[in-house]
Parts: sequence; C-alpha cells; structure tokens
Amino acid sequence: MNVVVCVKQIPDPASPGRLDPTSHTLVREGKLILDDSDAYGVEMALQLVDKAGGGEVTLVSMAPNSEVSGLRTALAMGAAKAILVSDDALKGADALTTAKVLAAAIKRANPDLVLAATESTDGYTGTTPVQIAELMGLPSITFAKSITTDGTTVQVERQTEEGYDEVECPLPALVTVTAGVVEPRYPSFKGIMAAKGKPVEEMKVSELGIEGDVNVGQEITDVTAAEERQAGEIVTDEGDAHEKIVAFLEKLKVI
Amino acid sequence: MSPENASFDKVWVLAEASADGKLTSITGELLTKAREVGTTVEAVVWGEGAEGFAADLGKFGATKVYNVGDLGGSLPGVPVASAIAAQIAAGNKPDAILFPQSYDGRDIAGRLSAKLNLGVLTNLVGLDAEGSSEHAIFGGATIVKAKLTTETPYLFVVRAKSFAPEESGGGAATVEAIEAPDAGATNGAKIKQKHVEERTGPKLDEAAVVVSGGRGLGEAKNFEMVEELAKLLKGAPGASRAIVDAGWVPYAYQVGQTGKTVKPTIYLALGISGATQHMVGMKGAKNIIAINKDEEAPILSIADLGIVGDVHKVVPKLIEALKAR
Repeated sequence: MNVVVCVKQIPDPASPGRLDPTSHTLVREGKLILDDSDAYGVEMALQLVDKAGGGEVTLVSMAPNSEVSGLRTALAMGAAKAILVSDDALKGADALTTAKVLAAAIKRANPDLVLAATESTDGYTGTTPVQIAELMGLPSITFAKSITTDGTTVQVERQTEEGYDEVECPLPALVTVTAGVVEPRYPSFKGIMAAKGKPVEEMKVSELGIEGDVNVGQEITDVTAAEERQAGEIVTDEGDAHEKIVAFLEKLKVI
Repeated sequence: MSPENASFDKVWVLAEASADGKLTSITGELLTKAREVGTTVEAVVWGEGAEGFAADLGKFGATKVYNVGDLGGSLPGVPVASAIAAQIAAGNKPDAILFPQSYDGRDIAGRLSAKLNLGVLTNLVGLDAEGSSEHAIFGGATIVKAKLTTETPYLFVVRAKSFAPEESGGGAATVEAIEAPDAGATNGAKIKQKHVEERTGPKLDEAAVVVSGGRGLGEAKNFEMVEELAKLLKGAPGASRAIVDAGWVPYAYQVGQTGKTVKPTIYLALGISGATQHMVGMKGAKNIIAINKDEEAPILSIADLGIVGDVHKVVPKLIEALKAR
C-alpha cells in the first residue's frame, strides 16, 4: 500500500507570526519546521504501510526557497521519499492554487491513500485537502480520529459535533486526520542519519503541467492588518486582573 | 443596512441540522448577515425531512429553500456541493454563499470551490456591505480584511457566533427539491453508524477551551478551581506533567509531549511555568491566557494575555465574575 502524506513546512509557531507589509501574506522566511499537525498523518501512514506489509510513504509539500528541513523531520520518522514543489510563482498562493499544485504532485506518486491534517497550524484555512480530493476525483473523509484499512476500503471514525461517525470508503481516497488519530514517534538518531540520504524530488510549476492554472481561482486583495498584534500583553495583578481576562474572553466571543 | 444598498442580489445560506433534528444555531446568524448584505436570501438544506425547516428559515428571512433531500448515507460534502454546482450550471446563480464553519460546512465549501474553480475564504468573523470579509489571524489578536476578486458566487465560510441572530418576522419559505447529480467515485464515503456521545464536558483534545493547572496551584484540592473554571467556559480541564507525576490528577488530564496535544481556541494556564515538555503540547492553541506568580515564567512569553499574579487570588475572582454574567 502506497500512502502520500501532505505536509506543510511552517515558521515555528512559538515565534510570533507577521505579515508582509506590501503583499499582506504571511511571512515565511527563515527556517521552517514540520507543522506539528502533519506528524499525525506521517505516523498514521507509516503504521498503515507497515500493517499492509509493503509499499511506502511519500511526502508531498509546497514551500518557498527549496525548504526541506520539515521534510527531513518526516523522512527521519520513516517516510521513504518526498516531492517538493518550490517556485517563486507560488508566493502568496491561496488554498485552491495550493490544492492544484499538491494534486498534480500527488498524482505522480499514484497512491492508494492520501493523508493530510485537518488544517495547518499557521494558516488554518482547512479546505485544501477536500479541494485536492475533488481535483483528483477522489472521495474524502475529514476529521479522522481513527483509520483502518483492508487494502480495498478505508474505515474511519470521523469526529462529529456530537460524537463520531463510522465511515467507510473505497480506495483510493483522501483522509484528513486529527491530533487524536495516533501518537507520532520521535525520530531516532538512526532515522535522522538515514533521512539525509533519502530522495527529495524538487519541482517547478512548469514541470507539473499546470502553469496556466495557477492563481486563477482566487486573488485576495486589500488585506490590511486592522489591528496590530498585541503580542504578549503582560499585566501585573493589582486585584483586577480577572477583569482583563473577562474582556479577552469577550473579544474572542467565548463568553 | 437596507436591502436597496445591498452589495449582493442573491445570497444563499447553507443551513445545517444537528443530531437532535434542529437547525444549528449558526443558521440564524448566517441568515441575519445574508439579509444585511443581500436583497434576496435563500437557503440550502439536506437530510431526511429537511423540508420541515421552511418555517424556521423563513423566520430569519429566507424566502426559498432548496432541499437536496436524503443523501443515502453519503457524507454531505460531495452530494451537497454537486447539487449546488448543478443549480449554478443551470443558471440559478447566487452572488454569495455563506457556509457555517463546521465539519460538513467546510467540506461542502471546499468541494464546491474546486468544482467551480472559485476561491473560498474561511474563518470569517466579519463581512461588510461591500463584501469585504474579516478574519482573525495570529491567535485572534490581528484582524485582516480580505476581498474575493474572482467571479461569483463568493464562497464564505463563517465561524459561529460572529454575527448576532435576529429574526425578520418572515413567513415560511417555499421549498424546491433539487437533485444531487451522480458524482461517481468522489461520492464514495458512506456513514455506516452514527455515535452520539453523552458527556458532561468536551474532551481534552477536542475542546475549544482548555483550562490547565500546574504546580502553582499549591495542593491537589485546588484543582477543583481548574475544573470549575473549565465548566463555566464549557471547556475541558487539563494538567501539567508535574501535578500528574505528583498524583493530583490522572494521566488522562496531562497536556504535553508525553500527554495530550491540545489545540484549543483558548488555553488557560493556571500556575504553570511552561516547561518545554508542556509547551509542545499546547503551543498550537490559538489563544493563550496564563497566570503565574513568576514574571520570568516561560509561559508568559507565549501568552497572548499574561497575568503576573497569584492564581489563588485571580482565579476565584474570575470564577465569580463569570458566574455573575
């Protein structure tokens, strides 16, 4: 069984994000890391391939500046190889454009199953996986909290508002996973060393044959930061700090 | 604003029912906003007996309801998107469609976006008369405005509680059955069994709000404070490894590298210093509120709101303030 996992390489969520002042897109410079949300899909894929007794896990990613550090992490976990699409033409790409690029790259691996996170940690748009499925003509199941497969169909427990649904789907299919699906392993030293020699195929949009299709779906303009990020407002309690918390919760519409 | 100034002629709202057979609360919110930005408001529903929603949808200003009907066990994403796409292909085209940001709402919007080659904006917390949307990014501290410039319909996926629902006093909407065309292999996902879980609070790793306690609580019985606050915020209680190791609470409560990874909308850290092993389990939270005595505590460096103070003083007052609401 061959599984493709879509992985995103993102700026470390621990450091504050910022917007490019001109393009208003997320700044994705410097070292990128494997999105934590994607470690679950990688682990699930490794376990499914292992149980199937054959096949391999291929990573597919789109990132600026030929970034591979996040891919190396996933390769160190045990993925066999990676396809990376890195192209200046994709700067600021929206979800549908991203889906077109990833779908074209995934097709090259001809997988039985495509896994992705339900949403990325930095952008959390959350539509890219189903857009990929539609573009590839695949059925999809989102929000999986468990996955099993017999090689012909995939059985998923899908989170719902009220509990979960048991959902079944013929392969090939695309499934998005939650953080509850499996506990990701930590790369071993041996894995980290092995990852350095694993193949990462880097591609441009022109090589995917979708040139005319890029950035036609959506163009977001007039994006302005209406409010500066109040990064780490620290308040010393003078007996009324609880009011600050109430105001914060109100702003987020939690109460 | 008045309908004559509306930016859209026709707006559709995706109206979703929950397991209890009622429309979800966001439906009224979306219809209210749709009335503000659109001249004509119509709704799309699905499921067995969905035509029964005509009166409730009419109350919020929907004049017509398109009913996809029973989906034969399919997950809604593909058949509902296919049915909408077929309407549009036949010339019945809205200028905008508002989707709830729910499990199925996002699936339907994503499928439709790819089918129609249209952009989609998600996580909306605002939408103005010109069709500019607002989105909370960077943990909600920054609001950005965006505008779709591609062809209509504009696809907007909206977060719950972004708009206040207001009834329009309208009569029952008319119902028109619409077909979901055969979507072939893409419609392969079938629900075999539904499980509705009875529980008093949300699960730790699924909760939108997580309230966690650490060593700073002082002693085991003070964890009650964490549980009470979690309940008031409809959240789940969690804990640092330190107090799990100390036996104050069971392992199931642990947030961190060796416990649960949580990504709630809001994480409240009470008396937690922020050891790396804890931080990796919760730094994906969209918003972090931390209370700690030590102003040098690492958790304060990642908190959107950090309170340098004594949890034994701040938390009881917070609980009282929330109860008084």
